[in-house]
Amino acid sequence: MMTGVAEDEDKWLAAGIAGLQQNAFYMHRAMDSNNLRDALKYSAQMLSELRTSKLSPHKYYELYMRAFDELRKLEMFFKEETRRGCSIVDLYELVQHAGNILPRLYLLCTVGSVYIKSKEAPAKDILKDLVEMCRGIQHPLRGLFLRSYLSQLSRDKLPDIGSEYEGDADTITDAVEFVIQNFTEMNKLWVRMQHQGPAREKERREKERSELRDLVGKNLHVLSQIEGIDLDMYKDTVLPRILEQVVNCKDEIAQYYLMDCIIQVFPDEYHLQTLEVLLSAFPQLQASVDIKTVLSQLMERLASYAALSSEVLPEFLQVEAFSKLNSAIGKVIEAQPDMPVVGAVTLCSSLLKFSLHVHPDRLDYADQVLGSCVKQLSGKGKIEDSKATKQIVALLSAPLEKYNNVVTALKLSNYPCVMEYLDNETNKVMATVIIQNIMKNNTHISTADKVEALFELIKGLIKDLDETLHDEVDEDDFKEEQCSVARLIQMLHNEDPEEMFKIICVVKKHILTGGPKRLSFTVPPLVFNSLKLVRRLQGQEENPFGDDESTSTKKIFQLLNQIVEALSSIPAPDLALRLYLQCAEAANDCDLEPVAYEFFTQAYIIYEEEISDSRAQVTAMHLIIGTLQRMHVFGVENRDTLTHKATGYSAKLLKKPDQCRAVYACSHLFWVDDQDNLKDGERVLLCLKRALRIANAAQQMSNATRGSTGSVMLFVEILNKYIYFFEKGNPQITVASIQSLMELITTEMQSDTTTQDPAADAFFASTLRYIQFQKQKGGAISEKYGTIKLSDS
Amino acid sequence: MVLVLALGDLHVPHRAPDLPAKFKSMLVPGKIQHIICTGNLCIKVVNPCRIEQLLSLRCECLAEEVHDYLKTLCPDLHITRGEYDEETRYPETKTLTIGQFKLGLCHGHQVIPWGDLDSLAMLQRQLDVDILVTGHTHQFTAYKHEGGVVINPGSATGAYSSITYDVNPSFVLMDIDGLRVVVYVYELIDGEVKVDKIDFKKTTTTTAH
Repeated sequence: MMTGVAEDEDKWLAAGIAGLQQNAFYMHRAMDSNNLRDALKYSAQMLSELRTSKLSPHKYYELYMRAFDELRKLEMFFKEETRRGCSIVDLYELVQHAGNILPRLYLLCTVGSVYIKSKEAPAKDILKDLVEMCRGIQHPLRGLFLRSYLSQLSRDKLPDIGSEYEGDADTITDAVEFVIQNFTEMNKLWVRMQHQGPAREKERREKERSELRDLVGKNLHVLSQIEGIDLDMYKDTVLPRILEQVVNCKDEIAQYYLMDCIIQVFPDEYHLQTLEVLLSAFPQLQASVDIKTVLSQLMERLASYAALSSEVLPEFLQVEAFSKLNSAIGKVIEAQPDMPVVGAVTLCSSLLKFSLHVHPDRLDYADQVLGSCVKQLSGKGKIEDSKATKQIVALLSAPLEKYNNVVTALKLSNYPCVMEYLDNETNKVMATVIIQNIMKNNTHISTADKVEALFELIKGLIKDLDETLHDEVDEDDFKEEQCSVARLIQMLHNEDPEEMFKIICVVKKHILTGGPKRLSFTVPPLVFNSLKLVRRLQGQEENPFGDDESTSTKKIFQLLNQIVEALSSIPAPDLALRLYLQCAEAANDCDLEPVAYEFFTQAYIIYEEEISDSRAQVTAMHLIIGTLQRMHVFGVENRDTLTHKATGYSAKLLKKPDQCRAVYACSHLFWVDDQDNLKDGERVLLCLKRALRIANAAQQMSNATRGSTGSVMLFVEILNKYIYFFEKGNPQITVASIQSLMELITTEMQSDTTTQDPAADAFFASTLRYIQFQKQKGGAISEKYGTIKLSDS
Repeated sequence: MVLVLALGDLHVPHRAPDLPAKFKSMLVPGKIQHIICTGNLCIKVVNPCRIEQLLSLRCECLAEEVHDYLKTLCPDLHITRGEYDEETRYPETKTLTIGQFKLGLCHGHQVIPWGDLDSLAMLQRQLDVDILVTGHTHQFTAYKHEGGVVINPGSATGAYSSITYDVNPSFVLMDIDGLRVVVYVYELIDGEVKVDKIDFKKTTTTTAH
């Protein structure tokens, strides 16, 4: 019962504190009356409380701290005693009469501190004596705290160089020897804890041990503070001695903690200069030690050290830091055959970051690391462990973040090989990360080779890697991915038309493998990219590549035809129609009549066969008429065929108003401002008259079905078209025809059966206002409008 | 004083990767009271930046959807439908009243001949508006006509157009104050933003609404 144990422990702690306080009280009284005998007696009794074995490290620490405070007072008392004439040597002897060993050793350390300060004996001798005496306590918890007390007292009394306790020529060795000895003994005690008590309490014991680790680590911190330790001493004595203890203790917790501690407390400069020694310890550690974390820490520190100043870089080269780290990682992985994939990948990832920071110019290093990562992953198939996956993504992201240029990453031959090991979903995410990097840095991918490599890299987005999984893909995610591919296509550019054409061919090859779902996203950007290239070439009189016409506009149009045709597999008739019309207009601008005609034909076929939604038909007719109106490349025959068809389609739209509007829009096909051969006034009038008939029919239909004639809106619209062509000088549009149309509208508006339509009224009013405006404008236009009468506006 | 942002024909991602960064840095939330967009935003993406959720990777959200981006600039957003818009709920035309002005909005592919001022003027009479904003040609224009104004903000991304060659990215800010409207045109030319200013006063010949 855990609560029971905890409650008991609280009781024991309370009892311990009570006993401690009671004896401390008598000790104070004895000290106040300068009674050394009683002070020693009660202090020894007080310290006896620390002999308990019932407390966990945490509670024991609480008790220890109270004793520690009392011992400070006792130390002051001892100091005063010596001032009052008591010999420190005698005192040192006297405290050893205490009955129990633990109180005796605490008292001895306390007097020892005063002894060192008195300088009546060399510090090294007293320290040596104390550290040897402490061997008397072999109980791990009590021993650790006693030695921790010794360490605490001696910190400022080491015979360091420049210290007031400095001794003879070997003084620094003495200081180091003392600390290392205490460290070694403490570590042994700490490791021994692991093997005491029943096996079922292993977990609790490990938790308790980790609570105590800083007591051990403190010694390494003390070592790092010793001024006299120079690089040579560190290299020859300090590090080998520590590592010897770390390796030999064969304890997982101690090895992990102490290796980390070494890396944290000693300067990076020392690590760099002792890299070989330090790294040689790693493969000797227990197989269960989490080496990847420690080693990554080391590489991270070294990388930041390198970033600090460029002056240290030669050191890295001199000691061949990269190759040493690289080979150490290999050895560690070899030494730990059970290391999970995540471990190996984390090590590679850290080394890559190190290499990118320290040797940004050495792409071969980066590729080498990726290569060893591939080696580690080989034979393992797609990685399923999510932690390992994250590490691979971190590994692959590092070069992108460092160089901010995907082109550099494309040079790393092992990069795509590593990507292969990502599961399909993550592979796609990584591909998206790559595209985002391109977008963020505005990287232009400018050769077909690079585009090929890039598309190979992001193939997870380009086609289905695993068809069985397709149904599970989230629709929105899919759309987002495909949009990023579409954006990417915009970033592919080369000023040289020939290379650009090659790029387009590469992209086409890849996107056509994407299947129907992707094409509606990838085809339009490729079409517009190609049309941009067409426009670049059309200004040039001659083909810049000689007669072979490798990059003629004709070739591009052939390609465009194939690309847009691919949409039929989706099918996406609306999109295909729009793209065909765009191509037709581009062909028109290149004076390629047959090509333009072919594109128009394709658009018409799609309209006839595939666009059945009436609203889609209306928009399609707007686009067909709008585009056809702008075409100047067609000879009479072709133009007639196409315009005839267009007016035919217009008159067949489902809703009468749509028919009417499309038909009057067709009038513009026969009258084009900047083309003198295209001013067929009669056919314009035919269109407008036909529109009027349809408007009439619409009125009557409304009368028949709803009992009231519809709005006059269509008539007002047609009136405006009359005015339009009247102003343009179409001789077929007479004042009389405008006048009678105005009268018709007025009559209709006043008729009881006509549906009231404020919008139509406002339109008519503004039309009349316009006529008025034109009449008053002055000049030729007013003269033209002169005979039009505005009756009652 | 009311600021109205007018833009259109972005064609993302069919013809352009995104709005120019320079424009994005100029357009900050909270300054604009209305946005009118002539259409052709193109593809609608619902949940960008899934990477962040998936891998807890820090990433800048470049793929922000245009519609949502505009919403962050100003919640009062009016859009008409361009021929490439997937969103079918955008209307063909729209009118709204801002201060003393009545504004009309339409993408413009419905008005044939495309970009023809006289035909646009007809639409303006039909919608009975003081200011008509249309797109489609990707060419910035602003005409005073019969006392009203016809504006085309061009393409905000400088998207390819079969009608206009060498399209520069552009948008329009209208500062409507009483009977006066100042039209600022922002155009990105060779990486630099150029601003032009055109001043219009509403005359009494049109009806006030």
